[in-house]
Amino acid sequence: MSTSDTVGTVGTAGTVDRAIPGGRRATGGRGPRSAGASLALHATLVVASLVAVFPVAWLVLTSLKPRDAWQSTTVRLFDDPSLANYAQVLGDTAFPRWLFNSLLVAALTTVLGVVLSATTGYAVSRFRFPGFRSIMWMLLVTQMFPVAILIVPIYNLLAGLGLINQFPGLVIAYLTSTVPFCAWMMKGYFDTVPVEIDEAGRVDGLTPFGTFWRLILPLSRPGLAVAAFYSFITAWAEVAYATAFMTGDDKYTLAVGIGQFVGQHKAEWGLLTASSVLIAVPAAAVFLLVQRHLVTGLTAGATKS
Amino acid sequence: MTTQVVDGTAAGATARGRARGPRSRGRAGGFLSRHWYAWAMCAPVVIVTLVLIGYPLVRGVYLSLTDATEANMGRTIGMNTIPSTYEFVGLSNYTAIVTSGEFLSRLAWTITWTVVCVALHYGIGLGLALLLNRPLRLRSLYRMLLVLPWAVPAFVSAFIWRYLLNGEFGVVNAMLRAAGFGGLDWLDDPFWAKVSVIAVNVWLGVPFMMLALLGGLQAIPRELYEAAEVDGATPWQRFRHITLPGLRPVSSTVVLLGTIWTFNQFPVIYLVTRGGPGGSSEILVTYAYRQAFEGIRNYSGSAAWGVLILVLLVVMAVVYRRALRRQGEAW
Repeated sequence: MSTSDTVGTVGTAGTVDRAIPGGRRATGGRGPRSAGASLALHATLVVASLVAVFPVAWLVLTSLKPRDAWQSTTVRLFDDPSLANYAQVLGDTAFPRWLFNSLLVAALTTVLGVVLSATTGYAVSRFRFPGFRSIMWMLLVTQMFPVAILIVPIYNLLAGLGLINQFPGLVIAYLTSTVPFCAWMMKGYFDTVPVEIDEAGRVDGLTPFGTFWRLILPLSRPGLAVAAFYSFITAWAEVAYATAFMTGDDKYTLAVGIGQFVGQHKAEWGLLTASSVLIAVPAAAVFLLVQRHLVTGLTAGATKS
Repeated sequence: MTTQVVDGTAAGATARGRARGPRSRGRAGGFLSRHWYAWAMCAPVVIVTLVLIGYPLVRGVYLSLTDATEANMGRTIGMNTIPSTYEFVGLSNYTAIVTSGEFLSRLAWTITWTVVCVALHYGIGLGLALLLNRPLRLRSLYRMLLVLPWAVPAFVSAFIWRYLLNGEFGVVNAMLRAAGFGGLDWLDDPFWAKVSVIAVNVWLGVPFMMLALLGGLQAIPRELYEAAEVDGATPWQRFRHITLPGLRPVSSTVVLLGTIWTFNQFPVIYLVTRGGPGGSSEILVTYAYRQAFEGIRNYSGSAAWGVLILVLLVVMAVVYRRALRRQGEAW
């Protein structure tokens, strides 16, 4: 995880710089900025931050307005703020049911995906064996499979097995996209674990699988966490498979379900925004915690010197 | 990636006393005992991939050579089983698609969409990364705010934007009107619908690029800049000859990932404009999806579109592998 290390170091250096009031900033030796340049720098970042935050902020504000307020043509930041939309979403709609469905599907996908992909990631990271190249190719190509080519055959396959409108069916569909990607990401992570650890384990009489299970896996918890998070988010936010495979109202996941609020014939933006906030807040909180590792995982290998 | 590789030989054969049997069985046995750990560890993924991707893929390719639709597909209604009546039609699905104007216009728009989106992702992401890489007050706050679009699930963002861009009640138009311009039909005019989906996708995709490039910038040794400064290099020269080459490995990875993601971007188009108006903002992936699941489900046509999309992506994978090889990743 060389990148995150670097980030940490530089971050610390920044803090030190700031502690010297008015002092020359040492980073890069590029000298102090003029006041104008500082202003321009902050102005740019403030504008960019506003663009990034505004839609989300507006979502929160809309969710607090009365149910029909979205139709007003006058724009007001606050308009009789209340939690009525939230109460209605949680009490009068199938939202809790959809939330449960989403959690169930995402959790199953995560557990199965990580278990399946970790061993493969280790094998392609450490061993050179006949079939290695084919497996690398397979992992790379399957990552980029478009939904459109797999969706009909998987639909037919699941229909044959009687799994349409069943959660296991949806989990199976999600595994097709998470497993190759997680295996790829885990390989990148295992590559950063020093191979001397494997050798030490071998010398002490562990089998290759024992080495993997007792030494490498415990050391790779951050990598596993990122793979798990990726799987979870993929399943949590997927639309295409869920729309096609889940036909019953009680089997919808959140992504399909909340779309019902703004269908062809009605537009309940009040309900939609309230449920969006309920969905986005936990996802965003966890995301902000792991994003640094996620970037490292996704670009693993590329940032190393 | 360095070559930290344990030879499989050591793994299998020297596990003292544990390699039961196979060792004495001559060459074929030695081969087995040498590699069986690696194979066993790969087996779960290989099996899953073959069953869940391989079989559907083969079947998808087969379907694309037939005239299967919802009407002639075998199905079971209650107690009655209706057999499939679709027939093998060879390449006619493909010729029909490739010669139709629809394919060319969808392809042209998909390529425009991918190129414009990725270029803007990269450009804006690099710009912001360069700004954030400077010593600066409130840096971590800016960083957190700028990452927010990535943190919100994509389908939620798509719904937010559909509301913001709503012609009558949307905030964007309200602001335009307040500033004295007329409102625009963001989602109901073919041109503006395209601009809208690109804007939404750029908004979604910049944070990832920004973070990845920021990581790349911080991995460039500071001594290089100091040396260049001593030698009197201008800021532009430092950027051109140190920053850009230093970022190359990260750039190639994120640009490829970004290209694949954008090319296959489903939720933005499907949820923001629903492909409309009149299918004008439909990219290949959403178009193929609609063929399969809306109206009379055209399974064979959709499968043929899927195969064509896959071919385009495989070409991209080959290019990517070339690039990896040049960086010394040999496989």
